Amino acid sequence: MALLDIEGLSVRFQTSSGLFAAVEGVNINVDRGEVWSIVGESGSGKSVSMLATMGLLPWTAQVTADKMAFDGQDLQQLSSRQRRRIVGGEMSMIFQEPMSSLNPCFTVGTQIDEMIKQHLGGSRKERHERALDLLAQVGIPDPARRIKAYPHQLSGGMSQRVMIAMAISCNPRLLIADEPTTALDVTIQAQILELLLRLQEDTGMALILITHDMGVVAETAKHVVVQYAGRQVEKQDVKSLFANPRHPYTEALLSALPERAGDQDRLPTIPGVVPGQHDRPTGCLFNPRCRYATEHCREVEPVAAPDDPARTLCHYPLEDGISPSPAAAGVARDNPQSSPHREVRP
Amino acid sequence: MFKFFLVKLAQLVPTFIGVTIVAFAFIRLLPGDPILLMAGERGISAERYAELKAQMGFDRSLVAQYFDFLKGLLHGDLGNSLVTHSPVMDEFMSRFPATLELSLFALAFAVIIGLPAGVLAAVKRGKTLDHTVMGVSLTGYSMPIFWWGLLLIMLFSSTLGWTPVSGRISFLYFIDSVTGFMTIDSLIAGDWGAFLSALHHLVLPAIVLGTIPLAVIARQTRSSMLEVLGEDYVRTARAKGLSNFRVIMVHTLRNALISVVTVIGLQVGLLLAGAILTETIFSWPGIGKWMIDAISRRDYPSVQGGLVLIAFIVMIVNLLVDIAYGVINPRIRH
Repeated sequence: MALLDIEGLSVRFQTSSGLFAAVEGVNINVDRGEVWSIVGESGSGKSVSMLATMGLLPWTAQVTADKMAFDGQDLQQLSSRQRRRIVGGEMSMIFQEPMSSLNPCFTVGTQIDEMIKQHLGGSRKERHERALDLLAQVGIPDPARRIKAYPHQLSGGMSQRVMIAMAISCNPRLLIADEPTTALDVTIQAQILELLLRLQEDTGMALILITHDMGVVAETAKHVVVQYAGRQVEKQDVKSLFANPRHPYTEALLSALPERAGDQDRLPTIPGVVPGQHDRPTGCLFNPRCRYATEHCREVEPVAAPDDPARTLCHYPLEDGISPSPAAAGVARDNPQSSPHREVRP
Repeated sequence: MFKFFLVKLAQLVPTFIGVTIVAFAFIRLLPGDPILLMAGERGISAERYAELKAQMGFDRSLVAQYFDFLKGLLHGDLGNSLVTHSPVMDEFMSRFPATLELSLFALAFAVIIGLPAGVLAAVKRGKTLDHTVMGVSLTGYSMPIFWWGLLLIMLFSSTLGWTPVSGRISFLYFIDSVTGFMTIDSLIAGDWGAFLSALHHLVLPAIVLGTIPLAVIARQTRSSMLEVLGEDYVRTARAKGLSNFRVIMVHTLRNALISVVTVIGLQVGLLLAGAILTETIFSWPGIGKWMIDAISRRDYPSVQGGLVLIAFIVMIVNLLVDIAYGVINPRIRH
């Protein structure tokens, strides 16, 4: 039995112009101790799907799923009181903006203590000891002094370490990290990722890492979910994903990696932006940006083939890097010059 | 924290000097003359007029008069009332407790009802409760004090006969003045009947005076809560698995209070201004009514002295608000 088992997760928001499906058809099944990654551009619904799992979306959100279970418990059937016992305790989350994610009115110690008190209990002294241990564990120097600090006295990296200390304070079995390094500078990013992976290994908890950095995915995750415009377009283990991306979007993301650009002068890009609420195309949501798109793609919404383990949401999934799409005839993968989307100077 | 306090205190000095100039100039800008008003309809001879003018010091230049006023002020002497000839300071202090008692009850009424109403409206945003609270508070805010006071007197005092129409306490009771607060003095005297009578007299004026601050506090609390509810750290608090009550009352309200406290502080000035109308309607023997009388008699020392003292009190309250800030908001303290 998977630790986190989600099938067909959808999140809809009631807006002035009707119901907007921010997330649709997301499946994820994380086993104990596994590291998963969810990738996609901004606006792909990565955060929303995980916030829905945690039950942190505002009341305007309508969350539905065919299945949404944590360790066998159906999250949709639990009372809010029962769910709060899981959220924070067994399943915890850290966020994109560490500086604004800590309450400015309370000290670091108070905020960690509050969480331990909620889920583990113990005497004031025991909780204090635990908070000190946790701060040391996440690499905060001089924990005895820092525990009395207010969030505005900490740097972004320190704040994220405090958030991590808080998130792991109750020995969760699953940690969801929502772009934990986006707001930090590059040197700190690596440290925070390293810390998360070390903690994951030490404690054996499962980790879901939301990111838009394929490089991070390659270094960290075992399994990858690719999302585009709220839809899950592909799900594979990391090795096969990098070797054989099935969805053209995944392929495009990978070719945008500097390491893969080879000696080209310019990095390949994916033209256009993720469609928002008002400019959703008909047919496949990726078709305006896909270089293999055909008339069929523009008219008919794709469904994943039942026998496809990657559940690729594409009419013409790539096979060994080659698209069976009729539109692919003029697009040779190894010759970027011929791609209409790639701008390469001689 | 101590340095923070000293800086705030030093900032009060220029404000206070400005207040003395305005207070001094204000009453002299009004048409009318205290001596002519005292003489009444029969008039006064030119010699007697000049004599009185010299006696009161009004024959000297305005600048010299202002510096006399300032000099007295620094010695804690605001001069004597032209009408009663007793020191302005004494007159003020004998009436101030009545106004303070009224204002404190009004403020307590406004905070005790306004704050929870604002919190509830924010939590139930867009629901019937929210619309009700905001609608009622807009009505309260738009209500002229005079009219509102008269409406309440008509309903509760005349028609229902629940509360007395005016005054601070029934004539049946004589209480020694210790604090100047009728409610507290009657408790000190152990006179339960007097306490209830004082409370009866206090209820309507406190509601009338507290209505506008209540509306302002409720609206500010609501908007401030809504703003904070959207903050990342509130989401963090929810992610910790805390109860909804704790998320709202601890994590959200604590931050929302920062701006609410400012507004409560600003209401104190409004309360003292509103007290003038309320005291007039309810014949409440406080400084509001005293100031109105002093202005109509062009009692220069009383008006300028009263204005300076009221301004001083408002400034002190604002200083206290600034300090309360530091206590609530660690970003200012550190």
